[in-house]
Amino acid sequence: MSLTNATIRERLIEKFGDQVSQFEEPYGLLTFESPKENNLKVLRFLFDDPELRFQFLTDLCAVHYPDQTGRELAVVYHLHNLVDNIRLRFKVFADIEKPDVFTATQLYSSANWMERETYDFYGVNFVGHPNLIRILNVDEMDYFPMRKQYPLEEQTRIDKDDAMFGR
Amino acid sequence: MPPGHTGEGFFATRLNDVVGLARKNSIWPLPFATSCCGIEFMALMGSHYDFARFGSERLGFSPRQCDLLMVMGTIAKKMGPIVKQVYLQMAEPRWVMAVGACAASGGIFDSYAVLQGIDQIVPVDVYVPGCPPRPEGIIDGFMRVQDLVGQESLRRRNSEQYKSLMDSYGIQ
Repeated sequence: MSLTNATIRERLIEKFGDQVSQFEEPYGLLTFESPKENNLKVLRFLFDDPELRFQFLTDLCAVHYPDQTGRELAVVYHLHNLVDNIRLRFKVFADIEKPDVFTATQLYSSANWMERETYDFYGVNFVGHPNLIRILNVDEMDYFPMRKQYPLEEQTRIDKDDAMFGR
Repeated sequence: MPPGHTGEGFFATRLNDVVGLARKNSIWPLPFATSCCGIEFMALMGSHYDFARFGSERLGFSPRQCDLLMVMGTIAKKMGPIVKQVYLQMAEPRWVMAVGACAASGGIFDSYAVLQGIDQIVPVDVYVPGCPPRPEGIIDGFMRVQDLVGQESLRRRNSEQYKSLMDSYGIQ
């Protein structure tokens, strides 16, 4: 019997009960969320289980939802089961005032740089990360660019022609 | 040919002109190709838009051996100090050509990460607009560099004006 989304969902609910929620399947990709304290437990369960075997972290990124107070920053893990070719998306939400999430570097080495990028652009603090410093931006930058509170264009330029920019 | 006095078997002209003539027909460029404009440069080096006929047969990738720094492509703010270091390693006389919109002014990338023009860090001699400029455009820019090189006074690099230009960029 091959692994299906329904099976994964059942196994997760069986193990974690109501800690996992918001099951959706946009375009066939099973998506669920969990409180941020459980992220390592869920990831480790998905990694170690002999039937589930989600041992490849495809992507780790964040999304900023400025309107959902208390849950502004979402950290999204995209996992892949290489043997059965099934993908999974796992989200944890964090408050923007205290964006601490446990690091997944102990489990997946690829999470190292991906978490640095997420920190660089969104300010998510990964607790326990060996080297959480900026990776793509200049080191002196003191703000987190991908958060949605900044205007799109740089405000300090004086040489931009208004007519050409549609203003 | 520069103006001079010619006779049977000799040609007398100013030293400036001869040196300029020699230099301009043998410029060794350093292609600092970061992005799409670099591909246009690669097309330029091919046989169709032959770049070697201008004397740039040998591209050096070492700044110590090159005359012209051609910056082609988007330069990020994190790359800025590296461009500056490459420029500093070049030996006098050196020229800089900013190829493409991104190198000249940041191009369409008006963002927190892109340096809005390399003339914020190194003094540029020729700007080639375009996104990307056609190889013929780059050749046109190169020919203007050749004009600059041919007419440059031998004392220019020691002059006050040049020194103050370098100081404005923080270069000794």
